[in-house]
Amino acid sequence: MATGKCCAPERRGTVSTGVPSRYKRVIAIVAGLLAMATGAYAQADPAARLAALEAAAKSAQSAGDNAWMLVSAALVLMMTGPGLALFYGGLVRRKNVLSTMMHSFIMMALVTVIWAIAGYSLVFSEGSPFIGGLKYLFLDGVGKEPNTDYAATIPQGTFMIYQMMFAIITPGLISGAYAERIKFSAMALFTTLWVFVVYFPMAHMVWGKGGLLNAYLGGSIRTFDFAGGTVVHITSGVSALVCALYLGKRVGFPKEPIKPHSLVLSTIGACLLWVGWFGFNAGSALGASGLATAAFVATHLAAAAAALTWMAAEWLHSGKPSMLGGISGAVAGLVAITPASGFVKPMPALLIGAIAGVFCFWMVAKVKSMFGYDDSLDAFGVHGAGGTLGAILTGVFATNAINDTQIDGKVVALGLVDGNAGQILNQAIGVGIAVVLAVVGTWIILKICDVLLGMRVDRDDEIQGLDVTQHGEEGYNLEA
Amino acid sequence: MKKIEAIIQPFKLEDVKEALKNIGVDGMTITEVRGHGRQKGHKEVYRGQEYNVDLLPKVKFEMIVNDTRLDEVLDTITSAARSGKIGDGKIFVCEVGEAIRIRNGDRGEAAL
Repeated sequence: MATGKCCAPERRGTVSTGVPSRYKRVIAIVAGLLAMATGAYAQADPAARLAALEAAAKSAQSAGDNAWMLVSAALVLMMTGPGLALFYGGLVRRKNVLSTMMHSFIMMALVTVIWAIAGYSLVFSEGSPFIGGLKYLFLDGVGKEPNTDYAATIPQGTFMIYQMMFAIITPGLISGAYAERIKFSAMALFTTLWVFVVYFPMAHMVWGKGGLLNAYLGGSIRTFDFAGGTVVHITSGVSALVCALYLGKRVGFPKEPIKPHSLVLSTIGACLLWVGWFGFNAGSALGASGLATAAFVATHLAAAAAALTWMAAEWLHSGKPSMLGGISGAVAGLVAITPASGFVKPMPALLIGAIAGVFCFWMVAKVKSMFGYDDSLDAFGVHGAGGTLGAILTGVFATNAINDTQIDGKVVALGLVDGNAGQILNQAIGVGIAVVLAVVGTWIILKICDVLLGMRVDRDDEIQGLDVTQHGEEGYNLEA
Repeated sequence: MKKIEAIIQPFKLEDVKEALKNIGVDGMTITEVRGHGRQKGHKEVYRGQEYNVDLLPKVKFEMIVNDTRLDEVLDTITSAARSGKIGDGKIFVCEVGEAIRIRNGDRGEAAL
């Protein structure tokens, strides 16, 4: 009965205590109607009644928004575990399934602690254009009251936990590039440093008040990134490429067959990602609004279109449409629509997805082998490439017919379709900053971790598998 | 005594077992193996990365029979395991020097 707590106290006072609170509203409404019918309210002060009505309406909206946002937060967490853990876990060889799932799971614990202690403050409190301040350190003052800068209708605690889930999944996405060869200790240190050096600054620049790229809250270069195209997918995707280049190829790549050990797990994981993405994108409306619906619709359409175009591309290219192709395409479409989801109409969303499916297929099937880097699970090919595509296309298709959030008190033209061609340049600048930050930041962190701990496991350990050598257990003890 | 090694298609396993049972052969050892002869493998493609899978799953029968029954058993296996396509497998026959029943020490054909 948590929602009962946000019922307007005025209404609650009209009924006796001892009645179950869920009936209180009904009784209050019936009593109110009776009172109106008998004219008993005629004597009440109209101003007081209006104030009570406003308070009741506000609390009802808050209850609705908060419910959706808490569900969204849970959905986004579900994307990391079990979604990403299963998706990536199935794509590696049997001997590395647990270590790969661990790369996702550990984020749920590690980044949560970092976010609570410092991350939220460094992203969302006011600071410089590049990084937030220390106002909310240790979640000081982050509780039931809304933070009106970001989401006026939900408790700041909800906003904080929702944003936390984004910080969790982002370093998890990078793990696709270093899977099957990274040392666990080095991975944990890398992640800890990475969120401070790359994620927190980028998230502050795009979403934090006063951030350099923030379109609504005082940014000097306005970029549109509804749910994290630059913040989540470009940073993670580009960092993934840097990791793949730095770590080098897996033993045996590409001569030995390195096949996914269970596309069944991967398919379950990808479908969980698809569902969780509704929390990721539609939740980024920060309320149970029409905008959330628009983002939900755009998200779903893009995923579907991209699944079809990736499969069609590989059907033409390799002769058969595959399950792996279908789920890879869906994820590519979801990545590409992420920055655009709360800005574009349904048909542009279909188009963005359709382009993303073919583009990302080309990236992983052709470009990767052209350059010969070993991005084990294609974190760069899907998230880096798809994220960049989506960020640019947001500048093309963003329209105030979908998102009429005002800038400086007035509705403005958003993307090219609204007549604001310059937005594409702003989007490109946003992409450029994300790429540079990810490349430089990740490279420096890798160097530090390599000196302190060594990034890669020994060759023998790699051949034996990370599950046994890093964690002392196996994923499948079928004889047990 | 002869040892028969028959490498056959996995989907013919039940047919061959049934046929051998019908002619009274009830001792055999079966292993799941992988290999290839003239049969080409197949291609698998994961995100554009092609792998040729040329070691294909097969089933290997091993049994020891009396010399007098050899032809009958070979004919039975051959006809039961045949689908007429490439990949049906091969049968090899060799001499066996000795056979011992561990339970009671029987030797030779008495141990079969």
